[in-house]
Amino acid sequence: MTAPHDGLAVWADRLWDAAVAGDEYAAVDVALAALDAGVDMETLLMEVLAAVQARVGREWAANRITVAQEHTATAVNERVLAALAHHPIARRAARAGESGAGRGRIVVACIDGEWHAFPARILTEVLRLRGWRVDHLGAQVPTPHLIAHLHRTAPDAMALSSSIATRLPGAHAAITACQATGTPVLVGGAAFGPDGRYARLLGADAWAPDARTAADLLAGGPPPRPALDRQAVDDLPHLDDQEYTFVAQSGPRLVRAVMDGLQQRIPEMASYTARQRRHTAEDVAHIVDFLGTALYLDDPELFSGFLSWTAGILTARGVPPRTLLPALDLLGARLTDFPRATGMLAHARESLRGDEPESEEPAWRTR
Amino acid sequence: MTRTWLSAPWPVLQVDAEGIISQANDAARSLLTGAAPGVPLDDAVPHWLARAAPGAVARGRVGESLFEAHPTVDGAGVLWWLMDVTERERVSEALRDERRRTAFLAEASNELLSSLNLDRCMEVTARLAARHLADAALVILPESGHRYPVAYCGPDGRVVRENLAVDPGQVPGLEEALRGFPPMPSRWIDPAAAPGWLAREGLGELGSVVVTALPGHGVPAGALVLLRRAVHAGFSAGEEVFTRLFAARAGAAISAACLYAEQASITEVLMRELLPPRTRRLDGVELAARYRPSGATALVGGDFYDLHPGAPGEESLVVLGDVCGKGLEAAVLTGKIRDTLHALLPVADDHQRLLSMLNQVLLTGERNTFVTLVLASVRRDGPRVRLRLTSAGHAPPVIVRAGGRVEETHTKGTLIGMLEAVTSVTDTVTLDPGDTCLLFTDGITEARGGPLGDELFGEQQLLEELEQCAGMPPEALTERVQMLASEWAGGGDQDDMAVIAITAPVEPRPASERSPAR
Repeated sequence: MTAPHDGLAVWADRLWDAAVAGDEYAAVDVALAALDAGVDMETLLMEVLAAVQARVGREWAANRITVAQEHTATAVNERVLAALAHHPIARRAARAGESGAGRGRIVVACIDGEWHAFPARILTEVLRLRGWRVDHLGAQVPTPHLIAHLHRTAPDAMALSSSIATRLPGAHAAITACQATGTPVLVGGAAFGPDGRYARLLGADAWAPDARTAADLLAGGPPPRPALDRQAVDDLPHLDDQEYTFVAQSGPRLVRAVMDGLQQRIPEMASYTARQRRHTAEDVAHIVDFLGTALYLDDPELFSGFLSWTAGILTARGVPPRTLLPALDLLGARLTDFPRATGMLAHARESLRGDEPESEEPAWRTR
Repeated sequence: MTRTWLSAPWPVLQVDAEGIISQANDAARSLLTGAAPGVPLDDAVPHWLARAAPGAVARGRVGESLFEAHPTVDGAGVLWWLMDVTERERVSEALRDERRRTAFLAEASNELLSSLNLDRCMEVTARLAARHLADAALVILPESGHRYPVAYCGPDGRVVRENLAVDPGQVPGLEEALRGFPPMPSRWIDPAAAPGWLAREGLGELGSVVVTALPGHGVPAGALVLLRRAVHAGFSAGEEVFTRLFAARAGAAISAACLYAEQASITEVLMRELLPPRTRRLDGVELAARYRPSGATALVGGDFYDLHPGAPGEESLVVLGDVCGKGLEAAVLTGKIRDTLHALLPVADDHQRLLSMLNQVLLTGERNTFVTLVLASVRRDGPRVRLRLTSAGHAPPVIVRAGGRVEETHTKGTLIGMLEAVTSVTDTVTLDPGDTCLLFTDGITEARGGPLGDELFGEQQLLEELEQCAGMPPEALTERVQMLASEWAGGGDQDDMAVIAITAPVEPRPASERSPAR
C-alpha cells in the first residue's frame, strides 16, 4: 500500500531537517524508516529524496540557506541515495537488470559542464528498480568519453541530464554525437524547459520531465534508433546569422566593456572590494551567457526569464533588481549590429520593468 | 485530302466510331499483319489496345516489344499512334534498380559506419541483408573462444545474437569464407544440405542459399549467408555482384569494430593501473578526492593521488602530486612514482627520508623528470585527527575549520628529481570534528579565465571561497573547489586538477537524540 501524500510530506520534512543539519546518519535513518513504514522505494526516491533536493534549490534562491548548507544538504542527500542503492530491494532489482532477463541497457550521464548530478542519480536508481541495466557515467563526462562508451557497449538508449540552460549548446552537440552512433537519446532536466520545448528543438528522440516519467516512457521500449541522415545544422537555421557565434566568442570582451561602463555610471562601484567586483563581473558574464544561449535557441523568453529570476535572487538578497538595467543598456550598445540580440535585450528590459520577479525557476540556476 | 500520317515512320491506325479500322499506315501494317481497312480492331490488334479507352494513353506488348498507344481525336473516330518504348522502359528499369541499390548501399554505409560496436555491426549487417537481399541472413565471425559469434535475422526482421559451438565444415564454402582463403566467389549450396542453425524454423522451404566472404581490412572479418525461400527467385548475376559490394562494406565495418574493441580493451587494462584509486573512509577519517585530467579525451594526466591505509590506530598515508608534463606520458610517470612510493611505505614515518629516497630513485632514472608532492600522514586520535604534512615543492595544504576560519599550513620543501639533496619542513596539524584539510594541485589555483577571460583563479580567491565552505562534508567540499576552478576556466584550456579533502568526522548524535523513526 502506498503511503498517503501528506505522509510523504512528513518524511520529506524529516529528511530535509537532517540534510540541512548535515546529519548523514539521521538522514539515512529517515529513509530506512520510511521504507520500513511501507513507502515503496521508487516513491521514496521521487517524492522524498528528489522533493528534498528540489527544496534545496528553492531555499537557496530565496536566500534562506547558505551556499555551504546547500552543498552540505546535497552531499547528505547523495549519501542517502548511495545507501538506498545498497538496500536489498535495490540490489535485487539491479542484479535482475544485469542478468540476461533484464529489459535492456541504458547509459545515464550529465551534459559536460553540468554540476547538478543528483537528478541523473535518481534516474539511474529508478531505472534499475524498473529492471534496466544502467551504466551511470555521472557528471562531468566529456562528450568524447561518452561516445567511446556508446561504441563499446551499444546500449538501447542514452539518457542525458542538464539543469542549466546555458549548457544547451553543449547538450545539442552531445545529442547529435550520440545519435550519430545510432543511439536514441532521451533528455531531461530543467534546462530543456518545463514543457521540454528545447528537447524537441535540439532533436532529442524523447524528453521526460522527471525520472518516473522517463521510466514510464522507456517501459514501452526504447525510442526508435535515430535517422542517420539528420544534420545538426538543419535544427537551428537561425544560427546562419552568426549572432550566437559572435556573442559566444567575444564573451569576456563584452563583460569587460559592460564593467567599464558600469564603473562610470555607478559611482559606488569605486569602493567595491575585489570580491564584490568579481561577483558583479560574474553576474554580467551570466547575462552574456544567457543571451548567447537565447540566441542559440532563438528564444527571447529564455533571456527575459533568466533576468526575472536573477531579479528575484537579487531582491531576496536585498539588492534592487533595477541595477540590471544599466548592464542591459551597455550590452545593447555593443550589439547594435545584431538585430536578434537587440530584440532580446529590449524584450528583457520590458519584462524587467513590468514584471514582479519570479521566485523560482531551476533552469536558470547558475551557482 | 492528304493524310500525311500515312507516311509517318510510326504505326498509326484510324478507327471509326464502331471500332472498325478505316485506315492503317505502312508501319502499322508491318507491325500488325491483320490490320487493314474494314477489319474490326478486335481481330487485328492485341486485347489491351482493342479495349483501350480513346481518352488515355494505353500500354501493352506487341510480340516481344512494349508499345504505348497515344490517341488523337479524328472526327467521330480516333487515331492510335503506336510508339515502341521497349528500350526506354529497359533503361528506366535499369536506372530504378541502380537507384534502389545506391540508396540501399548509402543506407547500409550510414548504418554500418555509425557504430564501432561489433554486436551492432553484426546486427545491422544481418538485418539489412535479410531485408534487401534475401528472406533471412546470417552473419558468422571467425571462431572466438571455441564458439562462433553469430547474428541471424529472419523474415520478421528480428535479429538474434548468439555464440554457437558449430562446425562450419558442415556448410560448403563457409570455412574458406571465414579464413578469407582461397579467394572464392559467392558459393551456392544445396538448401537441403543446410544445417538447422542455418535453415531455421519459420523460413519454410528454401530455394537458394549463398555463402559470401566478408572481407575486412586485410584480414577476413567473417561470412554472410543469404537464404531465400523457394517461392522467391534465385540470385541473378547482377545481385551477386551487388551482394559482394554490400559484403565489402559490412566486412570493413565489422573489421573496424573488432580492431576498436581490441584497442579499447588493451587501453582499459593498461589504464587500470594509472587511474586514481577509489577513495574510501580511512580508519576513522573521512576522505574525498576529485580528479580531472586536462583535455577532453584524456582519462589520466600528470596529477595523481594515492591512499595507503594503515592498520587500525596506525597512520595512513595520503599522497597528492604533480609530475612535469601532461597527458599519457606524464601519467605513465605518475604510475612509476606511485609504485616507488608504495615500496617506500616502511619509511613513511620519516617524510624527509622518504622524499630523499624518492629523489634518488628519480635522479638515477633515465629520464630527466621531476615531481612536486604533498605527503599527509593521517592518524585518528579520539574524536580528533592528527596530521603530519610535508610539501615537496608543492602548494601547502589549507585547513578549513568547522567554524569558518581558513588557515594555511607551514610546510615547504624542494621539489623531487632535480637536485642532489632535498630538504623539507613538516607541519603538524590537529583537526577537530568537522575540520577539513584540503590538498590541491596548481591546476586549481592556476586556472585561467573568469568573467574577464584572462585572470588567474589564484590562491587568494580559493581561500576566500573556502571561508564559505566551513562544515561541508569532504565530497561536497572537493566538488565545490573543482567546480569553482572549472567554471573559472570555462571552455578554455584546463590543466590537470586534483583535490583531496581529509575530514575529521562529526560523531553521529546518540540515537536517542536523532529524529525518531516511526
